[in-house]
Amino acid sequence: MLGYIIQRLIQSGFVMLAMSALVFVGVYAIGNPIDVLISPDATQDIREATIRHYGLDQPLWQQYLAFLGRLLQGDLGRSFVLNIPVLQLVLSRLPATLELALASVLIGAFVGIPLGIYAGYRPESPVSKTIMAVSVLGFSVPTFWVGLILILTFAVNLDWLPAGDRGETVEIFGVGWSFLTWDGLRFLALPALNLCLFKLAMLIRLSRAGTREIMLSDTVKFARAAGLSDFTILRRHVLRLISIPLVTVFGLEFGSTLAFAVVTETIFSWPGVGKLIIDSITSLDRPVMVGYLILVAFLFVTINLVVDLTYALLDPRLRRGRRV
Amino acid sequence: MAQFWREYRENWVATLALAVVILIVTAALAAPLITPQDPYDLANLNLRDARRPPGFIGSGGYVHWLGTDAQGRDLFSAILYGLRISLQMGIAAGAVAFGIGTALGIMAANIGGKLEQGIMRLVDLQLSFPAILLALVLVAVLGQGRVPLIIALVTAQYAYFARTAYGAATAERQKDYIEAARATPLPGRSIVLRHLLPNCLPPLIVVGTVQIANAISLEATLSFLGLGLPPTEPSLGMLIANGFQYMMSGRTWISVYPGIALIILIVAINIVGDQLRDQFNPRLRR
Repeated sequence: MLGYIIQRLIQSGFVMLAMSALVFVGVYAIGNPIDVLISPDATQDIREATIRHYGLDQPLWQQYLAFLGRLLQGDLGRSFVLNIPVLQLVLSRLPATLELALASVLIGAFVGIPLGIYAGYRPESPVSKTIMAVSVLGFSVPTFWVGLILILTFAVNLDWLPAGDRGETVEIFGVGWSFLTWDGLRFLALPALNLCLFKLAMLIRLSRAGTREIMLSDTVKFARAAGLSDFTILRRHVLRLISIPLVTVFGLEFGSTLAFAVVTETIFSWPGVGKLIIDSITSLDRPVMVGYLILVAFLFVTINLVVDLTYALLDPRLRRGRRV
Repeated sequence: MAQFWREYRENWVATLALAVVILIVTAALAAPLITPQDPYDLANLNLRDARRPPGFIGSGGYVHWLGTDAQGRDLFSAILYGLRISLQMGIAAGAVAFGIGTALGIMAANIGGKLEQGIMRLVDLQLSFPAILLALVLVAVLGQGRVPLIIALVTAQYAYFARTAYGAATAERQKDYIEAARATPLPGRSIVLRHLLPNCLPPLIVVGTVQIANAISLEATLSFLGLGLPPTEPSLGMLIANGFQYMMSGRTWISVYPGIALIILIVAINIVGDQLRDQFNPRLRR
């Protein structure tokens, strides 16, 4: 197991290196790095100082090494617009996004998996057919459109829930969290619902397919013969057997949730990193774009790593196979 | 082919969906003929007609069945023209991604070795990275316009085709008919093009259908975020975005009707794709 972890860690390191090279080539080599690092209305002195500071007169490979060095120190440059370090800016917005993503993934899991298991357990019942029809909609309808309809229905017409901004937050470790106050929860409800629909649909489909397959297996036949109730079988055997593909998808989906949060955050003016990247693209705040990209890549690599390790924990075959 | 069609018609939902797709495509193609107004011709627009509800008779003397938007565009015309752009983008991006992805996938399966490793690593890496983020970044770097948008959509989507083509090609390569073809003096190129490729097509067609719907949806999302085409030629996403700010004040039709058009198109294409998948899948055949 330890060997496997080390192997995966080294792999992740290489992926990060490749990503940083890609971003470097994309922004520094193809584009003009002076435009990226220096605001267009900076004075001549500042321009020259920055060019010297970042070593833009050096050959490209040296620049890349310097870029890597700055990355390792967490120096991602400063935002043109807000004039604060990018890392600090992104990190200050990250909790809001994480909270939103986590809420929607949890809703997706706790609603989606039971519904999917039911739909797989009773595939012919009208309830299951309704569940599946809704999941098709969840798959194909674009997120931003669902968001609009949610706002229209619950915020404009019914006036039940607020849409836009974050509401009251509670400070813990210097970070504001919404889910601890009633007001914050009300603000969280619509964006989280909006963001979870895709995951919900996907988890329903996956757990339904898994359940249908496993219900026909010998495991279930013998469990039935042993006199276990259907509910116990579903909970103890089926849930456990379908859990491996679910964890993989769940983990990968957590990453894409962070990405799709871009859309949801824009619609609901949720002050997270997604809104930050859109704002920085429209205001041409390039250091923020670069910093965001690097951080998201890092997040993705980390998530993939965690998923792989969880996979190994859940599947004993993988664990033993790798130990040799 | 005839039998395929007969089987297809057995599913009335899928048949209806296909009819809807054909209807929408025809309406979008014929948009200049059936719309009362050219929504891109600024001379035609009258701000006095702006934000009028459905059924309003504007200064042009005709009825705005679906109302007008903030620039005084007739929404029915704007939707049909928007559908044109969405379909153009979706089909263009889908076709290019199909070509590039299939070529890469089949190349990887046939040549093997380092190239196979390299291509499939890249594809897997990209599949784990959300398409929308990639498209967002590319549009931000390349700027706005049709070509950057198509490049962004293709980059975000070719990996699905590559993976499917690779899977299909590796499975087909182990079958006897390829073995037999190899025994003949045919050049490798014609084995791949004449025998391997046609047999890999069914799953690729399914992916292609769904990916066109995804491209349309992605384009609409990017346009909604203000990163799509220039505002003088609004696609469906931008029409929806423009209407969004009036939604709170109760002028919902500006966003809702383009949205409905978009959803109907995407859902219909997806249903057609689902049916094709079921029909191409030999395991579900009895």
